[in-house]
Amino acid sequence: MSAKPEPLPAQLNAWLAEQADKDLLRFITCGSVDDGKSTLIGRLLYESRVLFEDQLSALERDSRRLGTQGQELDFALLVDGLAAEREQGITIDVAYRFFATEHRKYIVADTPGHEQYTRNMVTGASTAELAIILIDARKGVLTQTRRHSYLVSLLGIRRVVLAVNKMDLVEYAEPAFARIEREYREFAAQIGLTQIIAIPVSALAGDNVVQPGDRMPWYHGPTLLAHLDTMPPVQQPASQPFRMPVQWVNRPNHDFRGYAGLIAGGAVRVGDPLVVLPCALHSRVARIVGPDGDLAQGLAGQSVTLVLEDQIDVSRGDLLASAAAPAQVSDLFEATVVWMSEEPMLPGRPYLLKCGARTVTATVAPLKHKINVNTLEKLAARQLELNEIGLAHLNLDRPLAFDPYEENRDTGGFILIDRISNGTVGAGLLHAALHRAQDLHWQTLDIDQAARSAQKQQRACVLWFTGLSGAGKSTIANLVEKRLFGAGRHTYLLDGDNVRHGLCRDLGFTDVDRVENIRRVGEVARLMTDAGLIVLVSFISPFRAERRLARSLLAPGEFFEIHIDTPLEEAERRDTKGLYRKARAGEIHNFTGIDSPYEPPENPEVRIDTRVTSAEQAAEQIIVHLRKMGVIDRDWVFIP
Amino acid sequence: MPKLSHLARLEAESIHIFREVVAECERPVMLYSIGKDSSVMLHLALKAFQPAQLPFALLHVDTTWKFREMIAFRDQTARRLGLKLIVHINQEGVAMGINPFTHGSAVHTDIMKTQSLKQALERHGFDAAFGGARRDEEKSRAKERVFSLRSAQHRWDPKRQRPELWRLYNARLTRGESLRVFPLSNWTELDVWQYIYQENIPIVPLYFAKERPVVERDGALIMVDDERMPLAAGEQPQLRKVRFRTLGCYPLTGAIESEADSLPAIIDEMLVARTSERQGRVIDQDGSASMEKKKQEGYF
Repeated sequence: MSAKPEPLPAQLNAWLAEQADKDLLRFITCGSVDDGKSTLIGRLLYESRVLFEDQLSALERDSRRLGTQGQELDFALLVDGLAAEREQGITIDVAYRFFATEHRKYIVADTPGHEQYTRNMVTGASTAELAIILIDARKGVLTQTRRHSYLVSLLGIRRVVLAVNKMDLVEYAEPAFARIEREYREFAAQIGLTQIIAIPVSALAGDNVVQPGDRMPWYHGPTLLAHLDTMPPVQQPASQPFRMPVQWVNRPNHDFRGYAGLIAGGAVRVGDPLVVLPCALHSRVARIVGPDGDLAQGLAGQSVTLVLEDQIDVSRGDLLASAAAPAQVSDLFEATVVWMSEEPMLPGRPYLLKCGARTVTATVAPLKHKINVNTLEKLAARQLELNEIGLAHLNLDRPLAFDPYEENRDTGGFILIDRISNGTVGAGLLHAALHRAQDLHWQTLDIDQAARSAQKQQRACVLWFTGLSGAGKSTIANLVEKRLFGAGRHTYLLDGDNVRHGLCRDLGFTDVDRVENIRRVGEVARLMTDAGLIVLVSFISPFRAERRLARSLLAPGEFFEIHIDTPLEEAERRDTKGLYRKARAGEIHNFTGIDSPYEPPENPEVRIDTRVTSAEQAAEQIIVHLRKMGVIDRDWVFIP
Repeated sequence: MPKLSHLARLEAESIHIFREVVAECERPVMLYSIGKDSSVMLHLALKAFQPAQLPFALLHVDTTWKFREMIAFRDQTARRLGLKLIVHINQEGVAMGINPFTHGSAVHTDIMKTQSLKQALERHGFDAAFGGARRDEEKSRAKERVFSLRSAQHRWDPKRQRPELWRLYNARLTRGESLRVFPLSNWTELDVWQYIYQENIPIVPLYFAKERPVVERDGALIMVDDERMPLAAGEQPQLRKVRFRTLGCYPLTGAIESEADSLPAIIDEMLVARTSERQGRVIDQDGSASMEKKKQEGYF
């Protein structure tokens, strides 16, 4: 690219019009620490002249102080941002860079190549239309090249530039380049990457990045920047059906009710028939309100507000779709999940899933396999660790309208959010709906929980006792049950140890198994509540997330979390079953409190401090609470 | 199918961000700094919610040392558009007599801007604050999220920032946490100017070159905006034709000599004279990692 001519005021309008007409290309650069990726991006920024004078003087100063290129400018310093990473000499997060040429504006997602690669690369690739994959000409196609290419392909990027870098270190020799290109194309074809151009470059010396290098007369293709500049824009097929997740309902007065959102696919015209999903209501487009007033047509990528002809109930999270080609609706999916949290993903644990503008609760059950991103092998797995990728079935608590990710990124991509930390812990791609949900209908029965409870003259509920092993849960639960039973109430006590002898005999004590254990007990407690019983559950149940899951299975006011609070030292001192001694001796593994965590309840309905409360007093305290909450009538007489 | 221009794409993305916050957060607010980026941000927000009124207030953290023309522009903008404007001044700082001359830029900025912002956010219980920062402004911002999570102490912890994929933003908060949201993340300085030109967005006249009284301090041209500016013995303000690339506290904002007195002239000049915009700010000059440090402390 040549320097921009100085636009004269007279020509400025024309220049501005030309600027306004430029399109935008977002791409990602993938390479490992030593491939010269930062140098390549730094050179693109430098040579496309987007740097300002003071940035250049800072670069000169930093190059002398921190640079690795002697007296030369170290372009990598332009893009290595955070102080910590500068000191370590590595990039540790996704950074976004901006530059422009006469033809295009560019946003570059610069992702590091070291161990956090999966999380960062997937993040960067999610918004990219093209990928530059860097290869060190001396090293050829490496494991990491395959890994990067797999992730690029997984995230739906079809255009790849293979930049064979450091040609200066292989004497600019054609055979080295040709061999790498051949080898890469063979591999890439296997993972569905076919639109590939290979370019020999030296980011350090500048050959074929912006300026053609005269040291490779055998190469007749474009430079890297020329290729980016002249490539036709990624066009969505005209046939792509209209999709718009409803972000916000705009209702300033009684005369206007509009549905605001960003068009995620296709186009929409006034009069078009639409369907609202998942509720499947139909209407037509009455108005399309764009950022500057009414439009005849809305296009993918535009933020608009749609007014429909009919007064129907549409809210945030619904999907407006073409009536002729509606999206699918399901609550059970096959999906690829990329795990991004230090805490592993546990099948059975509920997470929040956000897709479009809709947030629902999702559990993974089961995990089919994980993928070794280096070899693409499928491996059996019970959980996913940070940066692992797996194929799973996802079970949602409510139906979701979607398209397979391969057809639409915005209606097929999702993130997973931890319900307690609220962090984004995973991301994924929806592939297909599974049909169990549609085939298996919930049988509506005439006799319901209210009828069964009324017959027993009680309010069915769950008393969930949680606490460390040996805290006194079973002793206290037993006393409470005796009192309720004595007063003529219909009860059942589910005890952790007892249930593990039967229903949960197949489960061990790993985190995954503990989650499943609680899920099963939660479901059993729900069935028993439905039967009209007062159910006492005495389980260590160490994780907040699962206790919350159990709570969510019941109606509000039906679940009482009772924390039997005995500090670890105290429980260990008592050691009624001798288990702490064994755990300390290493004879038992994954023992709660010793080598497996216990997360105490934050807001239990009842908390019993067993250091100052006897078992009898505790039982009394719980009964008082139940009476206060109306589970038990005040005038009940207890038979001692 | 016709394609969208890059400005149309950026505009749509910013509008999407505004709507997402309003749909998911309880008490959003827009940090309005009166500068050109704030002008663009406000313009986009109005578009995002029309025909409805802006569903949040504007918050200006006034250090009491802003250019007088900025304050006039701020009040006039709020009146013209019928906006709810909250002006917050750190009264403790005022009582202590904090000013950039006696206490230096670092102390002044910390007390009258950083601490003051925290005070205002806490006093009103805002859980999300829109800011006009862009990723192209400074190296440490290149990795900033669009939805940037702050702890109950308003600190920014690089390790707790959430991955942002596709157009999916996670606005969920745990008690005490809040969000800073940057709808202009992917805009460049040139994009901002082009958009101001395309949309005819009003900006503070200080951006246009005019004869103004200035003194030269440490190589920077400082405008003598009022009588509080202490002058050294023999120091005489000179009338020079200058404009400002960024706006802040007048004693901390350097002017550049310029003939650009119109929008096209500014854009023209930008393409020729390439000096990045933060150079005019005195607070950025102390070491290359300074912005990152300020961000960790809660400075915007």
